[in-house]
Amino acid sequence: MKILTTNYLTCALRACKSHPNSFPLHFRDAELQQDSLPFNAAFIANILPRIDWPALLTTAAELGFTNLPAEKPDTVDEKAGMELHRILIETQVVEGKLVCGNCGHDMRINE
Amino acid sequence: MSRPEDTLPPDLFYNDHESQKYTTSSRIQAIQTAMTQRALSLLALPYPSLILDIGCGSGLSGESLTASNHTWIGMDISASMLAIALDRETAGDLFLADVGQGVPFRPGTFDAAISISAIQWLCNADSSDVSAAGRLNRFFEGLYAALKRGGKAVLQFYPKNEVQRGMITGAAIRAGFGAGLLEDDPGTKNVKVYLVLTVGAGAEEGGADDVTNVVRGLEGVDIIDERRKGRGDRRSGGGEGKKGSKGWILRKKEQGRNKGKVVKADSKYTGRKRRPAF
Repeated sequence: MKILTTNYLTCALRACKSHPNSFPLHFRDAELQQDSLPFNAAFIANILPRIDWPALLTTAAELGFTNLPAEKPDTVDEKAGMELHRILIETQVVEGKLVCGNCGHDMRINE
Repeated sequence: MSRPEDTLPPDLFYNDHESQKYTTSSRIQAIQTAMTQRALSLLALPYPSLILDIGCGSGLSGESLTASNHTWIGMDISASMLAIALDRETAGDLFLADVGQGVPFRPGTFDAAISISAIQWLCNADSSDVSAAGRLNRFFEGLYAALKRGGKAVLQFYPKNEVQRGMITGAAIRAGFGAGLLEDDPGTKNVKVYLVLTVGAGAEEGGADDVTNVVRGLEGVDIIDERRKGRGDRRSGGGEGKKGSKGWILRKKEQGRNKGKVVKADSKYTGRKRRPAF
């Protein structure tokens, strides 16, 4: 599962959706895998406004990526885009759990 | 042709055997690809986008999306189908989830959504604690929230009958979508129904807030706007059962007669309008 997907995912429970703790979901026992996928600058530019940056920072820190800027960049140049591409698209969580911070339900990830 | 929807719930129907059969059939592959291409042309996405694939199955539709440079996230209820998708190494992230229980994404996530031959399954209520209408409502509400403003969704489905078709379209409209149906090859055995949904006003195309705008540029599409007609029908259709009308009086008298009450015989004066007082 891509890190990008995590940034969009909330707990499916209706009661949780409105609660601030339900987003982002937290990784437990995550096993990472680095893939190599073609870089798509237009796609990164398209989704950047819709990324919840604080949530991405939280998730990235949990997985051990700390080299993201503290503020969301307004525009992405080639280098920053590649970095985002590496974290958001190429990093795959192959095994682990996603835990909702509100209800504590864990969702398993298999491949 | 028998409908698999009538036999078993989707998670049980698409077991390992059925899923394998479905995915390896070259006929189904060709149809799925053609329908996905059609859906993509209806969406008319100008740049690489994030797309939600509802009922992605083994990723047949997802392959077309990947080929068009889009990134997709798939949801399906059948574990066997998803297992095949994993084997085929599709590019999208896959979720084992029932869309009838809501769409678990943050509001405004997706540029677009597609669904190929899936949402007719939502009309099945497989246990007594859920209703088909409730599942459809939950799904369309979730989908409406998950799409960004100006987003579009194209859902191809096989309605069983007019009732089911109305139920699905009605649920979409109730959720707030601008909805319209596009039929390819109408009246033939190969008819394909696409439900085209829009969220809010499309900023990119100068207010594509209406489905008729989405299909306007396409060749060979006749637009049949039934909205005005539908509204008019409702008004005139009220004549038969409207309280105080002749039809209503006759019906009430008949009911009384059936109950054994003393009811005056019908005559040419029954329910007749009085002339104005002066």
